[in-house]
Amino acid sequence: MYPIPIIAEALINGLMLGAVYALVAVGLTLIYGVLHIVNFAHGAFLTLSMFGIWLLWEHAGLDPYLSILMLTPIMFGLGYGVQRFIIGPAGHGRDNSILLVTLGISIVIENGLLVVFKSDTRTIATDYGFRVIEIGPLLLSWPRAVGFVATMATAVIVWLILNRTDVGKAIRAVAKEKLGARLVGIDVNHIYAMTFALGSACLAVAAGLLMPVFYVNPQTGGAFVLVAFTIVVLGGMGSVTGALLGGLLIGVVEAASSLFLGDSLGQLGIFVLFILVLLFKPTGLFGARI
Amino acid sequence: MLEVRNVRTGYGETEILRGVNLTVAEGEIVAVLGSNGVGKSTLNMALSGILPLWSGEIEFTGHRIDQRSPAEIVEAGLVQVPEGRKIFPNLTVEENLELGNYRGDRSRRKAMVADVYATFGRLKERRRQYAGTLSGGEQQMLAIGRGMMSAPRLLILDEPSLGLSPLLVEEMFTLIGRLAGEGLTILLVEQNVMQSLEIASRAYILENGEVVVEGAARDLREDARLRQAYLGL
Ligand SMILES: Nc1ncnc2c1ncn2[C@@H]1O[C@H](COP(=O)(O)OP(=O)(O)OP(=O)(O)O)[C@@H](O)[C@H]1O
Ligand SMILES: [Mg+2]
Repeated sequence: MYPIPIIAEALINGLMLGAVYALVAVGLTLIYGVLHIVNFAHGAFLTLSMFGIWLLWEHAGLDPYLSILMLTPIMFGLGYGVQRFIIGPAGHGRDNSILLVTLGISIVIENGLLVVFKSDTRTIATDYGFRVIEIGPLLLSWPRAVGFVATMATAVIVWLILNRTDVGKAIRAVAKEKLGARLVGIDVNHIYAMTFALGSACLAVAAGLLMPVFYVNPQTGGAFVLVAFTIVVLGGMGSVTGALLGGLLIGVVEAASSLFLGDSLGQLGIFVLFILVLLFKPTGLFGARI
Repeated sequence: MLEVRNVRTGYGETEILRGVNLTVAEGEIVAVLGSNGVGKSTLNMALSGILPLWSGEIEFTGHRIDQRSPAEIVEAGLVQVPEGRKIFPNLTVEENLELGNYRGDRSRRKAMVADVYATFGRLKERRRQYAGTLSGGEQQMLAIGRGMMSAPRLLILDEPSLGLSPLLVEEMFTLIGRLAGEGLTILLVEQNVMQSLEIASRAYILENGEVVVEGAARDLREDARLRQAYLGL
């Protein structure tokens, strides 16, 4: 058995990493809630964002946190364009086709990245990557704390967009009542694209928060999205709050299972929890939708 | 104000409207009647630009609207309160109203919401409540209120009395009369034949995707043969 401070430290660090998972999941669940499809390109978009952060660091010497400001509008635009001009037209409004198109896009992006960057793993060595904050007996990772705070701030921004702007209200309206939305003059295709844009912008933030503590290679995003998908199901498909809480929970569960079962089995706890939830509460832990 | 000429449309291969002709003049209440499945709602979807026409023309305030998008049609002032209300259950009452004004002039939004609340006091009491938790009658009020928020010049009401208690049906018809009295033009699709004929100036009876009878509401009300054949009275 470990001493209490070690356990607490691990769990809090896990919670803070979970926040960044949550950010990836928020985008995924938003897209699911509105378009009713699982966006298979989400992982590739995350990888792309992480490479974006890496490139800005490597070639422009830009700090990853600063790069977020630059990358967020780019990913927003990319998400908008990909939905509006590729997924929408190529999907013909059929869920199966849309699913395949997003899968196709992810394959194209991943292979494009493989061609350009090979399968090498890249990291960013910032001077704060291993910095810790001492709180009493606890040593907490500084970049993870930044990640936690920035995720919460992003979540608040997403919440404000969804609840305080016309576009956000339209996004929520389209999620539940498409015909009603069209009859008040909402352009559903534009709203779909805006939803994609918002989900993709969250990835740019997540990428900037991850790079100081993680690595990137062309497959990285895929692994994250698997966890993010688990979070989406845990939180209730389409629930933004659920994704946020689910992400935090998954972070803690992963940290606990790494601590007690060893690093290589860290994700085991996640999938055990996932299966338990599917068995006993298939609608997710935190029901409320968008 | 509205002119529908030879409109044909349907779903997939199935033709539903087989050449519908209909006009609505400014300030009128025009009723569209007919039994279930004859194509009344289909006509409304064609008018709102949701369902593309196979052929025919729709003119609104002198301009062709049959190739326009639903958003442009709303902006032009042709607004529909659809069958089944189609309100946004996961948004609050007030958010539903705000979205009614999505294409409109934002600076007038507050005043318009206040107008709707003046008409429907119940909605004001429930402004922060999720629309999905409203009673059927309240949801219908909200649907009409949301329609009013689009600043309609012509309001299409598709079975507004559906699912309401007799008392509320009465109130609904009073309200429709009042809206018309304030100068709104109304296209009223209804199953409540006698009540509709009482407030409408003219009416069309649809059968099998075609207009089979049209005339002044008063004449239709008194025509015994029609009452038997089409109105089941
Ligand atoms: N989305 C759709 N796809 C295929 N067929 C449809 C669709 N909507 C309606 N129909 C068919 O079109 C016909 C006309 O339907 P419509 O809803 O216009 O009738 P209605 O006159 O409004 O009937 P009601 O009084 O019951 O509302 C019906 O046979 C219906 O089954
Ligand atoms: Mg109908």
